[in-house]
This record gives sequence, structure tokens and C-alpha cells, in this order.
Amino acid sequence: MKYLIQIYANPVNWEHPLFLKDPEFQALPEEERAQLIRQDEALVDEIRASGELLVGCALADPVTATTIRGRDGVVTSTDGPFPESKEQLAGYFVVDCETAERAVEIALRFPDARLSSTAIEVRPIMGVSGQEM
Amino acid sequence: MTADDLEGLLRDLAPQALAAVVRQHGHFDAAEDAVQEALLAAATQWRARGVPERPRGWLIRVASRRLTDQLRRESASRRREEVLAARAPAEAPADAAPGEDDTLTLLLLCCHPSLTPASQVALTLRAVGGLTTAEVARAYLVPEATMAQRISRAKQRIRATGADVDRPAEADRVDRLAAALHVLYLVFNEGYTATSGPDLHRPDLTREAIRLTRTVHRLLPDDGEVAGLLALMLLTDARRPARTRPDGGLVPLAEQDRGLWDRAAIDEGLALVAHTLATARIGPYQVQAAIAAVHTEAARAEDTDWPQVAALYRLLDDLAPGPMVTLNRAVAMAMAEGPEAGLALLTPLDADARTARHHRLHAVRAHLHEMAGDLAAAADGYRTAARLTTSLPEQRYLRERAARLPGG
Repeated sequence: MKYLIQIYANPVNWEHPLFLKDPEFQALPEEERAQLIRQDEALVDEIRASGELLVGCALADPVTATTIRGRDGVVTSTDGPFPESKEQLAGYFVVDCETAERAVEIALRFPDARLSSTAIEVRPIMGVSGQEM
Repeated sequence: MTADDLEGLLRDLAPQALAAVVRQHGHFDAAEDAVQEALLAAATQWRARGVPERPRGWLIRVASRRLTDQLRRESASRRREEVLAARAPAEAPADAAPGEDDTLTLLLLCCHPSLTPASQVALTLRAVGGLTTAEVARAYLVPEATMAQRISRAKQRIRATGADVDRPAEADRVDRLAAALHVLYLVFNEGYTATSGPDLHRPDLTREAIRLTRTVHRLLPDDGEVAGLLALMLLTDARRPARTRPDGGLVPLAEQDRGLWDRAAIDEGLALVAHTLATARIGPYQVQAAIAAVHTEAARAEDTDWPQVAALYRLLDDLAPGPMVTLNRAVAMAMAEGPEAGLALLTPLDADARTARHHRLHAVRAHLHEMAGDLAAAADGYRTAARLTTSLPEQRYLRERAARLPGG
């Protein structure tokens, strides 16, 4: 089953990996920071080696976004991101996992998960197969 | 020889050649690559010049040569030629050497308990089924590089466990066979549930699962669960022409045109079920096959022997309990004794974390409400199920069900 893991962040400045620049992260003792960086690398190595990681992307600053909208039959494009919230999509992963629990477990292990400026959303990707009912 | 015949021959020979090469040289992971290369070479050369007199020996010889070349290159770079000298390639064995049993040994090796089910499936399709990595990747809709990674890691893992084709662990053979049957079941299901449309070019996993299960059945004719699984696949696949509309929409069992069912597959499946139920120890695959048999024996949906189906699901719930079995049993109970009997069985599933938010629970409950005449609750349930499913054709089907009802 495939899942989209979206990392929403509200960073001070947009520089990947975002968690490294987060004040909450930087306030941690050095040893803990080093441990989180190792955890991040080990996680990506693990899901790449297991064949679970299908795609992983870091997104450019939302100021570079263009949003296209239609209204009354007129299509317009404007500079800037679509959501007006403080948290913006910062990056995403597509994973192929045995269970939904496993996809959530992966998401929990991104160092970003512990920051209050960040939210991670895990959502199943729809498939084209169907069971007989 | 047609292209299909040639492909079939190569697929049959693939596991036999691999087992022979591994037995001769060890190095399961490199041997598997070498056999894939030999299969590709055979596909082009045999098509052009005809099949050699001893095709299996040809594959073993070519794969062995490639493997020893590869190992020599590796060891040269590591300055360890002396290791290879002790492993000089022997002459390939004659075609009469033990052949077919190797397919089973290799299948059990690929379903090694140290692998995840996804890895077992991928490795089985390549090493036992003879599919290329690109074909396996296409079948599971993942990038080829990802599938290559999965397969290569699975092979390394098997190598690391020290398991090999000469030492099948007799002690846990029963568990390993159960794992192998589960892998074949997963392959079948993946193929069976696939609809037409965007995945039109996916390799036919259903056919591949039936082919491999048929081979296992030939090697273990007295094993009731192997026979049961083969029968289950045949009886289920027989409904394939009737279960989707030309536009890809799902047709439920009750509304299928039974004239479209594949009679030959049904006859073969029914014969297998009858024989195995009379001779072997009962198991979950045999019970599921028996349920499929009851459905195929009904000329019209309304002729279905629902008390019999309900009794079989009850037996299955004892042998292999699980919420999905309970769901199916609830439908059968509703058909046999009325919707209230089915709805009562669903209540505990609301508290079960595996099913509380599962679309099937809501879909089944909606169906039973519809039977009971509570159409508002039914429409509501179908809509909830449609929101929860992650399958596009199921979602469409559930929305259509809701739309058929007043106020839906």
C-alpha cells in the first residue's frame, strides 16, 4: 500500500533540511542534536534499502510557488502558495509499506516530527485495484 | 514454437536451472542474476535458432559460465583467485538430473521467514516465476530501481542466513510451505483485484499464481491445502469475465452474468475440491475453495445455498479467525437467516481497531441495512464506506450503491 507523507513546516528561513535551523532544535543539547541527525540519515538509508521509499523531495520556498485558480470560467495564475496558513508544504515522501502503521512509524521518526513548527500528514494513495463485493 | 510457448518453457526451466547453478557454485544472489541473463540470452537465441536439444542443460551451462566470469572478475579485484580455483565449474548435469523438485525447494527458499511478505513476493516472481525485475515492478506499480533494490536485498538476506537449496529445513517445512502458499495467494489477489484501464499492461499475476500453484500441486498432490488453494484460485478466477463491466466498473457476485463464467476452470476447481475434502485434512484454503464451489454451483444468485455458505464461514472462523472472515460470515448469515442475524455479528467489529475505520465493515453493514429496508442508514453507510476505501473502482461502486437508494 502506498502512502504520501507530507511535511508541513513554518520555518524561520527556508533552508533544507529545515529542522536543522529550527530554534527548538538548536536549543537542544549537542548530543541530542547529533542523535537526531543520525536518526534522520539512518531512517532514509533504511527505507531506501528496504525498497519502501519510492520518492522523496524537498520543496523550494513557497515564495517561488505559482497558484492557478478558476473562477467564473476564468483561469488565473498568481504568485505565491495556495494555503494561507503559516505552515507550508516543505517536502514529501512516497512510501510503499506493508501496513498503515508502518507508514506512520516512518513519519514519526523524521526529526521534524518533534518540532512544534511542523506537522506531518500521512495519507493513503488510492489504487486502481478493487475487490469483488 | 510460438512466443508464448517459448516464454512458458523458459519460465518452467528458470527455477530448475537456478537451483542447479546454486547447488554447483553457491552464491545464491549472483547465481540468480546469472540465470536471469541466461534466460534473456535464451529468449533471443532460441527464437532465432530453435530450442536446443537439452534446454535445461543449456541454461545451466550459460548461467554457470556467466557466474564464474562474474566471480572471477570480483575476486580478481580482491586478489582472491585461489578461492575460485577450488570452485572450478563442473560439467553441467544432464537433463535427467533432479529437476522439478527444485522448483519447490527454491520456492521455499524464496519464502524464507527472514524476509517481509513484499520481499518474498518480489523474489518469488523473479527467481521462481522467471519474471524480469521490470515486469515485477510494473506488476506492483513501483519504479524499477525500487524493485531491483527490494530483490537484491532479499537475496543478500537469504545468503546471510546461510540457507541454501541443499539444506531445506525439514523441521520447519510445514511453516515454510504455509508461507509459500500465502505468497502465491498474495500474488493471485494482486492480479485478481486489478481492473482494466491504466494497468492494462501489468503482467498477468493471476495466471502466474495459478501456474506456480499448479506446479506445487503436481509436486505435492496429497497436500490438501495446496489443492485447496489451487481450487480457490481456479474457482475465483473463473468469475473474472463477469466481475467487471467493459468500463472497469465492479459487478457484485449477485449481479454477475453467470453465463460468462469460465466453465473449464470451474469444473477443474470443483473436482479438486471434491477430491481434497474427501481425502485430506481440512484447512482454511480448502474451506474457502468449498465456499467458492457453493457459489459456482448455483445457476442463479437466488439459488445459492446460503445456510451452507454460512456454515462454511463458521468453520473458517474457527480455523483461521479474523475480522474479514466475520464480515463475510455476516453476509452469509443475513442471506440464510435474515439481516438481523448478520447485523448482530458485526457489532464486535466496531470495537476492533482493524475494522472500525475499514470500508468493508461500513459497506457490509449498509448492505444489510438495505436488506432490512432501512434505506437511509444504508445510503449513509455506503457513503461512509466510499470515503474510507483507497480503491478507485470500489469507491465508484459504493457511490453508485448509495445513489440507487432514495435520498442517496
